Amino acid sequence: MKIYCLIGLLLSILTIANAISPNREIELKNFLEQDCGSCHGMTLQGGLGTPLTPQALLDKSNDYLKTIILYGKPTTAMPAWKSLLTEQEVDFIIQMLRQGK
Amino acid sequence: MFRFLLIPFLLFPLLTFAVELRGTGDLGVVIERATGSILIIETTHKKIISKVEGLGDLSHASVVFSRDERFAYVFGRDGGLTKVDILESKIVNRIMQSGNSIGGAISQDGKIIAVSNYTPGGVKLFDSETLEQLAEIPAIYGEQNQTSKTVGLVDAPNQKFVTSVFEANEIWLIDAKESKNPKVQKFKNVGKLPYDALISNEGRYYIAGLFGEDGLALLDLWYPEQGVQKIVSTLKKEDEKLPIFKMPHLEGFGVAGDYIFVPAVGRHEILVIDKKTWQEIKRIPVSGQPIFIRVRPDQRQMWVNFALPNNEKVQVLDIETLQIIKTLEVGKAVLHLEFTPRGEEIWLSVRDENKLVVYNTETLLETATLPADKPSGIFLTVRAHYIGL
Ligand code: HEC
Repeated sequence: MKIYCLIGLLLSILTIANAISPNREIELKNFLEQDCGSCHGMTLQGGLGTPLTPQALLDKSNDYLKTIILYGKPTTAMPAWKSLLTEQEVDFIIQMLRQGK
Repeated sequence: MFRFLLIPFLLFPLLTFAVELRGTGDLGVVIERATGSILIIETTHKKIISKVEGLGDLSHASVVFSRDERFAYVFGRDGGLTKVDILESKIVNRIMQSGNSIGGAISQDGKIIAVSNYTPGGVKLFDSETLEQLAEIPAIYGEQNQTSKTVGLVDAPNQKFVTSVFEANEIWLIDAKESKNPKVQKFKNVGKLPYDALISNEGRYYIAGLFGEDGLALLDLWYPEQGVQKIVSTLKKEDEKLPIFKMPHLEGFGVAGDYIFVPAVGRHEILVIDKKTWQEIKRIPVSGQPIFIRVRPDQRQMWVNFALPNNEKVQVLDIETLQIIKTLEVGKAVLHLEFTPRGEEIWLSVRDENKLVVYNTETLLETATLPADKPSGIFLTVRAHYIGL
């Protein structure tokens, strides 16, 4: 069971990796740590924004996360990132969030 | 008698090994946000003196200086408060004072360090010598005793501190004359989500920026009984706000004569406010969402950096004409800027290029580049002697 999960995870990472260049992946990792980190904390333990650790996001679906990241959360400081990140890139970021990097 | 004469001779070898005697007036601290380290820099010869490690999560760090300019107090994101001896390049004390903090201030007499915390929200006071806790002021508000983050903490004359209480929409004036028993005066309904604040250089006006609505909240500390007043909300409703990818900062450095310069929230503009009338005089369109606005010490120029996606640029403006003089392409992710004490040069941190860059502020040309690991804040010891820094 565990092994299947792992394989599934690896496959999904690989397919995403195919779509995003390795260089862009490094940029996105830096982006998550630094630019998301400016509000959520560099280790994503929270700051002005809520914690984004795997545990904190356990009961949040990928769709929910994707919507928030792309469109932001009105009336809060969480901005819409759709002008800077593509949907694929957001999927990759969610993947990183799930793994706690 | 003989013995006394001997002492200098015994000390002599020790002294030659010890650090060369020097002052600290041209020193400063640079935060390396990813590695939990700081660099100690010297601005006269533009060099890095040393690196001090082990300061925890510095992803949003700030620094205040003791008034002898020897010790730097570094406030880390993870709630760490570290006292660094910048002459000896070493940590002399470090405590974990909360789970998550945002910044701090030093009292008028230099004896109290105040820290502004997110979780648990509130302000704590510490003895600047020993870092022993003196008092805790939890940010509890409303009927259900909700907790809030505190932001925009500054020192004010008469041994006071002022802070904004983000979710509570309040400003608190803290009298720390009795440091173990501070008195708190609360101003309520100051405006939605005060996100940061500045105190004018003479220590009279506390101004909080509002994230949840247009305008600023003003407290005149000479006349606190007059309460908090709302200023500047001349925006047209149809002006659409742009997304804010990084929270702007308000600082005493944004004041020049009667002008106060503040970042417009969600707009690519600098607001110019007249301190005599509290009216908005002008909005200056710039290249991005302004983050830091820095007035050169002679008050003739200001330098501005920006949030994503314009964070590789810095713009220089003339204060007399309120015009942009030059747009500089400095490098990827310019996070902070700091003038030398009399402003002949400015130091910039370029996070994603792992470097510090120095510019001459008259020629607007680069004069030095120094390596630094993901640098963010740059803090020079000259801050020790300014109210609100
Ligand atoms: C300018 C500050 C800021 C930045 C930068 C920022 N966020 Fe946020 N974010 C927030 C705030 C504030 C919240 C909490 C909103 C609320 O009150 O519900 C939030 C909430 C979220 C949530 C919802 C969490 C939950 O439990 O519901 C996600 C997911 C998120 N952010 C992801 C990101 C990612 C990914 C980035 C970088 C691309 C990012 N954020 C950058 C401020 C920010």
